[in-house]
Amino acid sequence: MLPASIPLSWALAVSAVVFVIGVVGVLVRRNALVIFMSVELMLNAGNLAFVAFARHMQSLDGQIFVFFVMTVAAAEVAVGLAIIVNMFRLRETVFVDEINLLKG
Amino acid sequence: MAPVLFVGFALLLVLSSVMVILHKNPVTSALFLVSAFCSLAGIYLLLHAEFLGMVQVIVYAGAIMVLFLFVIMYLNLGRDVEGGLALALRRGFGYLVGLGLLGIALTWFARGWSAGPAAPPPESPAPGNTQAIGMLLYSRYLFPFEITSVVLLVAMVGVIVIARGRRGGIPEAPDMPEAIPDTPADRGEAPPATGAAPPAAAAPKRSVEGS
Amino acid sequence: MIAHLAALPGVLRDPTVQFALWAFVKIFIILNVMLGIVSYMIYAERKIAGHMQARVGPNRVGPFGLLQPIADVLKLFFKEEFIPDEANKVVYHIAPMLAVIPALVTFSVIPFGPGALTVTDVNVGLLVFLAMSSLGVYAITLAGWSSNNKYALLGGLRSSAQMISYELAMGLSTIGVLLIAGSLSMADIVNAQRHVWMVVWQPHAFLLFMICALAETNRAPFDLPEAEAELVAGFHTEYSSMKFGLFFLGEFMNVIAISCIAVTLFLGGWNGPGPAALGIVWFLIKLAFLLFFFIWVRWTFPRLRYDQLMHLGWKVLLPIALLNVVATAGVLWWVGNR
Repeated sequence: MLPASIPLSWALAVSAVVFVIGVVGVLVRRNALVIFMSVELMLNAGNLAFVAFARHMQSLDGQIFVFFVMTVAAAEVAVGLAIIVNMFRLRETVFVDEINLLKG
Repeated sequence: MAPVLFVGFALLLVLSSVMVILHKNPVTSALFLVSAFCSLAGIYLLLHAEFLGMVQVIVYAGAIMVLFLFVIMYLNLGRDVEGGLALALRRGFGYLVGLGLLGIALTWFARGWSAGPAAPPPESPAPGNTQAIGMLLYSRYLFPFEITSVVLLVAMVGVIVIARGRRGGIPEAPDMPEAIPDTPADRGEAPPATGAAPPAAAAPKRSVEGS
Repeated sequence: MIAHLAALPGVLRDPTVQFALWAFVKIFIILNVMLGIVSYMIYAERKIAGHMQARVGPNRVGPFGLLQPIADVLKLFFKEEFIPDEANKVVYHIAPMLAVIPALVTFSVIPFGPGALTVTDVNVGLLVFLAMSSLGVYAITLAGWSSNNKYALLGGLRSSAQMISYELAMGLSTIGVLLIAGSLSMADIVNAQRHVWMVVWQPHAFLLFMICALAETNRAPFDLPEAEAELVAGFHTEYSSMKFGLFFLGEFMNVIAISCIAVTLFLGGWNGPGPAALGIVWFLIKLAFLLFFFIWVRWTFPRLRYDQLMHLGWKVLLPIALLNVVATAGVLWWVGNR
């Protein structure tokens, strides 16, 4: 039988799964853009947990945090993409394992 | 009704996230990420965070992902070519870590959160949480709010500085093509077949433009 | 009300199911009415354009050419469908659908009349509209990228830059209205205009909104993404048959949706003299006026150059919209504290 409203544990489970997918994406892929997307997935998993807890605690503070996370994520994406574009101009690649200038 | 929709959105979210990290074409990955963000917005609506749900679509799907797509098209990226033993090893390691993390999470759930206390029943159709969020944002969280706007300003200035390159000191991009061929066209090759032709802005003179 | 009929089976008495059913009925009606309006707006556009250029316009099919839209649709259906060899097939097929869907979703929050004449009144109605207009970028960008054609790609890139720039100014221009109405719900905004329309308080915001609306819908003089003189046909160069038809439909759907929003925000929605039942008539009259405005502008102004477009968006419209937010908030604070 289905519960009347969404249990907290369901939302947290989904959040955990999405976070793990993001971690695997960062570790497995070598395209800097896809790695960046995986970081966004992890941030969003955190957001989901915040919203679920805000609902559970009947308080809006969690949602405020999500709001801040979104703003900072937007700033981070803008800077990150600018760096990737610059990197591509210099090295003709977006693969992180080919960018090894610091290696002796 | 809400739990059924939640399960639907959650499945869509997880499937699209998996496709984001599995698909070889970055444009397809980005599109699946858009789908993931939209299903997340649906989940926010179900959790009575209407304002955040809409902001999620506007900010993530409407702005951030368009930026991603724009960059992917600008760089004219095709499919990722992946192979080699080192990569396979690293990939195996990545999947192992993922499995481990998932195992840890599941153990915790099994121990403490087996069923989870049900959320309190939804309150009567309130006039919406936008006003409440606004009140909180401009009173208790005023200082973080101002700090966030400073972060945005710094990011804006930083992006312009990074994207314009150095003017003055080191000569900028147009002098470089001798060392590194610029675009496939400069090397005398036909443009790669996967994407479309490189944007005209990228052709011979590499004047650095804001992205 | 159907709810009180005793003959209904048990499932249909569930309020959730009833809500869903009612929503489906309304969506079905709105969808079909809108398709009708779109086809006759195309007819009106050709007729008005004809008269503006001292021509007659379509007059062969049916009386006054009134059956022309039907003939056009039939023609589109029977055209051969062409898919470029090197196109990214899946994205190529999805893009035309993405052109229509966001516009259709916007109609779900527009109050066409008092009471039940709106699909749903959510408390973030205006944000739904902004979200959908921000999703509209994908259709054009993806169409341009996936058809593997340089003109299409250039059109797609242009449009993504254009739509992102003008979206900001458009969102900011609605904030003055929100501040005065004190709500994001479309029904509340209409109710706040019972006595005085918003366009009286915010004429500059209305002007800003309409300019941005022209740019958001890629209509002339902002039709750079498909500028036929330089880019063949822009993002839909490689599209044919009903896929091209969907882009066409999407453009006109977007025009109608954004005009509905403008009527709701600035022109008092369904408010007007006479009984409340006349509300939808008033709404449609105002809508027809704005649609005529779109056509009028298209056949009056020449296309902007790309740098003029960016200059107008970022250095003129955006600062004015920001100033308007500050000024409106200041005036409201002063009035409230007096």
